[in-house]
Amino acid sequence: MTEPLPGSWHWLDPAGLQQLIDALRRRGHRVIGPQVADGAIVLRELASVAELPTGWLDEQDGGSYRLRHDPAAGTFDHVVGPHSLKNFLFPARETIASFTRTDGAWTQTHAPAPDPLLAVLGVRGCDLAALAIQDRVFLGSGYVDEAYKARRERLFLVAVNCRRAAATCFCHSMGCGPAAGPSFDLALTEIGNRFACEVGSDRGAAVLADAIAAGALMTACSEAEIDAARGVPRDLAARMHARQGGADAPTPRSLDTHGIRDLLMRNLEHPRWDEVASRCLSCTNCTLVCPTCFCSSVQEVADLSGDKVDRERQWASCFSLDHARMHGQSVRSSTASRYRQWLTHKFATWIDQFDTSGCTGCGRCITWCPVGIDVTGEIAAIRATDGAASPDAGRETP
Amino acid sequence: MTTATRLPSAPTNPWRSHPTRIVSIVDETPGVRTYELAFEEVGIHAGYTFAAGQFNMLYLPGIGEAAISVSSDPDHRGTIAHTVRAVGNVTDALARLAIGEQVLVRGPFGTPWPTDGVEGRDVVIVAGGLGLASQRAAIHRLSRRDDGGRTIVLHGAKRPEGLLYRADYDRWRAAGIDVRTVVDEGDASWTGRVGLVTHLLADVQLDPSATTILCCGPDPMMVGVAEAATNRGVSTEQVFLSLERNMACAVAHCGLCQFGPHFVCRDGPVLRYDRIAGLMKVPQL
Repeated sequence: MTEPLPGSWHWLDPAGLQQLIDALRRRGHRVIGPQVADGAIVLRELASVAELPTGWLDEQDGGSYRLRHDPAAGTFDHVVGPHSLKNFLFPARETIASFTRTDGAWTQTHAPAPDPLLAVLGVRGCDLAALAIQDRVFLGSGYVDEAYKARRERLFLVAVNCRRAAATCFCHSMGCGPAAGPSFDLALTEIGNRFACEVGSDRGAAVLADAIAAGALMTACSEAEIDAARGVPRDLAARMHARQGGADAPTPRSLDTHGIRDLLMRNLEHPRWDEVASRCLSCTNCTLVCPTCFCSSVQEVADLSGDKVDRERQWASCFSLDHARMHGQSVRSSTASRYRQWLTHKFATWIDQFDTSGCTGCGRCITWCPVGIDVTGEIAAIRATDGAASPDAGRETP
Repeated sequence: MTTATRLPSAPTNPWRSHPTRIVSIVDETPGVRTYELAFEEVGIHAGYTFAAGQFNMLYLPGIGEAAISVSSDPDHRGTIAHTVRAVGNVTDALARLAIGEQVLVRGPFGTPWPTDGVEGRDVVIVAGGLGLASQRAAIHRLSRRDDGGRTIVLHGAKRPEGLLYRADYDRWRAAGIDVRTVVDEGDASWTGRVGLVTHLLADVQLDPSATTILCCGPDPMMVGVAEAATNRGVSTEQVFLSLERNMACAVAHCGLCQFGPHFVCRDGPVLRYDRIAGLMKVPQL
């Protein structure tokens, strides 16, 4: 038995994984992990490894998500479902300020209860990249979002290295996977029926040490075993770059990101925006499942007396008319202009704002689009007809 | 990458709203009033500063917030003024308030007019309608300049009754400011010019290399002014526009105010024309 240290590797069998979950729960963490529910693999609180989706595969494509039971599938052979870390760190609804009126005078009375400690199990490279992107938005753009910061600093991350890609995955094109990174507390690589666990932080080492102290058997991985584990995401990356599918492995998507910012910004009046608008329902699904989309609005929530008011921040979407509403009118009244806002923000102006793309290649927006609009296809179409101009681009469609 | 700077006067907790009381209300033009506000908390009352062109989020609990430029003198301490048109939920509710009632304020936010970077230059302030409200703080500053540069105010409105701050013009002129007005359509009493602010601009003798334009008004009017000025040789880096967009947070977190790469709340509302000229010409951006 070797003492866990940042950079050390240890074998966990399913019982060891359970002891890891137990150790996190003993430390006060609410442990969130993937589970089958409502026909999808979602992120929910769990207490037992038996709740993990062992033997389940997700088949994803444009506008399509199906689960399939496969006895040969491991615990983490599914990829990403509709939830991401965003659901927990930047919740869909959150009170950001409260006010009370006494004798006609308002006082701000916000005292948010501290959130419970959170640990998330099974986080993929794309979602770790998304977390790093949201960090730049909420922590690194001049103002700090204190609620996000409090949750973020105490978040414990158990990452997973992917060994399978869905047809909607293109993390390799965005430089965001399939290997887990840029940072995690622990990272698991599933090999056979056990997990090679890489320690990524002092906290990760401390939690593993807790589990070992409580009786978990976690033998150290040999150099050859570490090499083999490192090879798992590397081999998948090679297959993704080669766009290599197989019997049980669909061909993943890919995206040419070369000069993508300038490509999109010089094609703001490209006819493709109107073409995609003829299919887009402006339903906002893509922005809801996107792990980096951060837009929000604030609603006033008053009690019946009107003397107690909460200001509630809620996710907003650039696909809704309210997003850019001024004086009763939306600046972006056409679907074409709203789709253009989303796509150009995600892949172009995000780079100006945060020095990173807003896309991680997780593919959720493709899967959960009810009509299967595929960002990789839309960008490829614009690239193929770079410079085409439409006299009607961005204007109201009849 | 956009520089993510925070002005020294910015609040530390952006969601903290401070109570103020309305100390005076001035009827300006139809549907437009100026509210003079005094902070109730002693520390804020004494310490609140802003730069010309910055805005506050005015808050009425249970109704909502509106982003409104501060239109009083940045060098005046004790009270701040906001000129507001009743045009939505929050501003309609504001219009129903009386002197002594409470308005909550958080701010100041945003990038101001470059009033400290225009020494010796001619400054042409071009305002369409209520746009002048965002420039009045700059006019206050520039009325005290003694650096040899001229200050010219070109103000256009649809009709004569829409000309803002008419009671101030004499004082501005006495301070050496050249104030010119124009209306789209006159009435029986109007003896001034009829036309557009761009016509007023065309009449101004200017040295393009020593001129700075500060413009606020509807987007198409601002593009017209910016193009007219740059066509006369004014550098796009010396033309500044103040934009208006929907916003909920005022600190580049909510995303609602995005205009291309710019967060209008933080990188604006005052944006240099060379950074937005192409974007301004794209419909529905």
